[in-house]
Amino acid sequence: MRVRIVIMPREGLLDPEARAIEEMLRQNGVEVDNLKVGKIVELELKNPDEAKLIAERFLINPVIEEFSIE
Amino acid sequence: MKFGICSFPGSNCDYDTLYVLKDLLGQDAKFIDVKNPQLLDFDCIIIPGGFSFGDYLRAGLIAAKTALGQEIYNFAQRGKLVVGICNGFQILTELKLLPGALLKNDPPKFICDAVYLRVENNSSSFTKRYSQKEVIKMPIAHSQGRYFATQETLKEIEDNSLVLLRYCGPEGEISKEFNPNGSLGNIAGIMNKEGNVFGLMPHPERACEDILSFRDGLMIWHSIIS
Amino acid sequence: MSSFGLNEEELEALIKKLGREPNTLELAIVGALWSEHCSYKSSRMYLKKLPTKSPAVVQGPGENAGVVKLDDDVWLAFKIESHNHPSFIEPFNGSATGVGGIIRDILSMGARPIAILNSLRFPLPFDKRITKGVIKGISHYGNCIGVANAGGETFFESCYLTNPLVNVFCLGILPANRMITARGERGDLIILFGSATGKDGLHGAVMASGEIDPSEKNLKTIQVGDPYFGRKLIEASLELIELGLIKGLQDLGAAGLVGACSELASKSQCGVRIELDSVPLREKEMNELEIALSESQERMIATVSKENSDKALEVIKSHLLEGAVIGQLTESEELELYFKGQKVANLPIKILTKEAPICERPFIFQKPPSIQENPPPVDILDSLKKLLSSPNVANKRGIYTQFDYHIGTNTIFGPGADSALLRIKWPKNPRLKSSKLVAISSEGNSRLVYIDPFWGSVLVVSEALRNLACVGAKPLAITDCLNFGNPERPEIMGQLVNSIDGIAHACEFFSVPVVSGNVSLYNETIEGNLLRNIYPTPIVVAVGWREGVPSHDHRFKEPSDLIYLIGDIRKRHCIGGSEFLSSIHGKVLGPLPEIDLNKEKTLHELLLELSKRELINSCHDVSVGGLLVSILESVFNTSLGLELEFYIEDRLDLFLFSECPTMVIVSVSPSKSLELQNIVESSGLDWMLIGRVSDHRALEINNNCEKIVSCDIEELEKLWEEGLLGIF
Repeated sequence: MRVRIVIMPREGLLDPEARAIEEMLRQNGVEVDNLKVGKIVELELKNPDEAKLIAERFLINPVIEEFSIE
Repeated sequence: MKFGICSFPGSNCDYDTLYVLKDLLGQDAKFIDVKNPQLLDFDCIIIPGGFSFGDYLRAGLIAAKTALGQEIYNFAQRGKLVVGICNGFQILTELKLLPGALLKNDPPKFICDAVYLRVENNSSSFTKRYSQKEVIKMPIAHSQGRYFATQETLKEIEDNSLVLLRYCGPEGEISKEFNPNGSLGNIAGIMNKEGNVFGLMPHPERACEDILSFRDGLMIWHSIIS
Repeated sequence: MSSFGLNEEELEALIKKLGREPNTLELAIVGALWSEHCSYKSSRMYLKKLPTKSPAVVQGPGENAGVVKLDDDVWLAFKIESHNHPSFIEPFNGSATGVGGIIRDILSMGARPIAILNSLRFPLPFDKRITKGVIKGISHYGNCIGVANAGGETFFESCYLTNPLVNVFCLGILPANRMITARGERGDLIILFGSATGKDGLHGAVMASGEIDPSEKNLKTIQVGDPYFGRKLIEASLELIELGLIKGLQDLGAAGLVGACSELASKSQCGVRIELDSVPLREKEMNELEIALSESQERMIATVSKENSDKALEVIKSHLLEGAVIGQLTESEELELYFKGQKVANLPIKILTKEAPICERPFIFQKPPSIQENPPPVDILDSLKKLLSSPNVANKRGIYTQFDYHIGTNTIFGPGADSALLRIKWPKNPRLKSSKLVAISSEGNSRLVYIDPFWGSVLVVSEALRNLACVGAKPLAITDCLNFGNPERPEIMGQLVNSIDGIAHACEFFSVPVVSGNVSLYNETIEGNLLRNIYPTPIVVAVGWREGVPSHDHRFKEPSDLIYLIGDIRKRHCIGGSEFLSSIHGKVLGPLPEIDLNKEKTLHELLLELSKRELINSCHDVSVGGLLVSILESVFNTSLGLELEFYIEDRLDLFLFSECPTMVIVSVSPSKSLELQNIVESSGLDWMLIGRVSDHRALEINNNCEKIVSCDIEELEKLWEEGLLGIF
């Protein structure tokens, strides 16, 4: 089964990338707030229940990132 | 000649470029401010290396979306000379002034080194002071310098001799071994079909003095000036 | 109530000084400012022993960085700082913010940062999370902010397991007589500018002053650096200074806004009133404690007169930075914090700074045992191969190719040289130009200091200065970063006291002042019953100057050039503390090789003379790995080979692999060899002709006319190049 793991910076952490993109959008007249930039890992898994374990063990750094599974 | 150096927030080779053009070569060169992009007076615009706007999302993207980015586009459309070095090359591809894109290096690391380059076309405004197939040496310093284009675009580039510089070995040999970042066709620098826009990953502004061990970049500046 | 790192005694002292119970915010502020990290309470009284003056010194320790005169037009600001604990918890962001922090320290003096160097200590066995993360973090921040990474050194040792060290040095240039410090006058406004404030790194100061417990997942909000904002902060700050709009500058580090404001107020002999509501925030809901002590990166405060504040804010905004007037210097000599119309804290400034406690910790001197007898002889080639691929000798190219060492077009010698060598210019400011070149060398072999903290530290200082001499540079001053274990253990405190004494002794002997520095303690890990402290690791960075580009570097140049060992070469070999003893025999033991400081000084003078006369074609000191390794380092990355000829009666292996001080290897064209011998002899030092450079890539070693080694150099070079493959 195809599983999508969405990795986002932890709440409250400075996200320089998001800040710069937000700055650019505003300069171009886009009204925007609370923009976030994350990563997506898509993978085929025989057992989709393993996704959480895989994310925790191999993909994310809990000090700076949180994740959700779709 | 009147050179304008685009100093975007986060550009960091702007001073080095100014030093070469003004102090070493005695040209009329000054910074162009991102807030006040007046380009008409200039004969040639240099987009220097660095990390404009932090290079966030994609290197060069945000700079391309500024008013100054738009002015550079218009300047180039009028047939005037534009050179993008490193981050400047990335900005030029984001502006679609040059074909293709620059991706994360393979292997995916920043690389600072000195490389050999072969001059592939010495009939351009940017390379005319080199001899054809001349092997030169210049520093590189980038993490997103892997040149990529579709097969179709690549064919067009090659068919029109738009590749000006290729990564090579000390004897000019073109092979994977001498490709520092995984660029297609070992491409290090290209120009547009009209021949007035040039983008390259190596840093000619760092290769103009014996004291720094490299001087092969000088001829790029002399080509433009003559 | 949490005591924010204060012990009972300190709490009592605080209540006595205040004459009342502090509230929570006040307690948090005092906890942060009385922490080891901010107050240097264990080391302060010993640091006073370091010599800090010379005719070149403009600013010694006590400010954000030291400043020395290079010539009539240009001054140099420099300092080294640690970011050890954060780099263990989150290597990428920890090391990145370390680079940002030291760059802002230099900027705070009004100097343009032009070079950084890194001193890194990594664990064995390899921990790629740490090595890759730290290198990537430095690469990310340093390359983007655009300050050349001109060199440094990296060591691997098992004592750095869970306690890696990330020390970053930065050097900046400023026009003479235009130094800025953290000062202002009563009535001046305080502008906070740079990034908006978030909940980053709360209590970082307290954390950096306690041992790390690796089992405890530290999930507080870690600091994330943004080099793009760092770059804008450099340009904005220097523009504010050029325009004469600001009077003083201070960067925000440990203990955040309150730390910076107290420091500034104390030095200005004023009080300070801070309106926390005026601080630009990144997050909507932040309380007074979070705003006051947040350690969000890329922030500075500046003092401005009332008339200039609007203009200053305009400049700041034009660089796309946040900025706001957040307070004022006052008559009161108190720190007063206001939030939502209420006074939320009121503390006398002197309690926070000058009257912070000093701990006279007990100490004892302990030395590890020395080797009783030399280990049995080993095969030279076999040991050489092992040494060349050992982590401490192997080529560090995998690290430094990830750093931009060309940027600024000032780097004449970059990574790999005995000292970095920079020219001084900055095109936008024609005054910032010098005919003098600046040399920088960092050293810190902690094995030596572990074996003997006093003499080990003397050896470290001597080697840093010797490295300057190898590029023909004369020292101006040093900066040091003292990385030690837990000072509450008397044997560790003994290392600290002894090591500072050693540095002071050497600096006094060589007449080289210490102008800035940093102390990082509690580099200790407790895992169950296991207690691990790092080796005492003082990192010494020496800064010097020379006139003109040298005609030599560390590499051999011409076939048939003669190779000489010069210096104090008559003493017996000593393998104590060597890479050979550690890598080949698995031991870190003394005794240390002895050093004759008079001869060391003579050698430095001799090298300056040889360089000035352009007599030598290469110069490289005998260092980690010993004589043979150092000779090979000079032939790698050339197209040359070596024919070495020794006449050693006793153990050749001990001779070739000892790391004795006061020795360098030089090469000279045969026509000048007699002149070289004469100069060396007249200086009172000795020379030994040890071979010649050849044009075929082989290493040939004869001893007493008997062939000992014959080997392909390419093969040895491959071992050296690949020793750290995949680690970074």
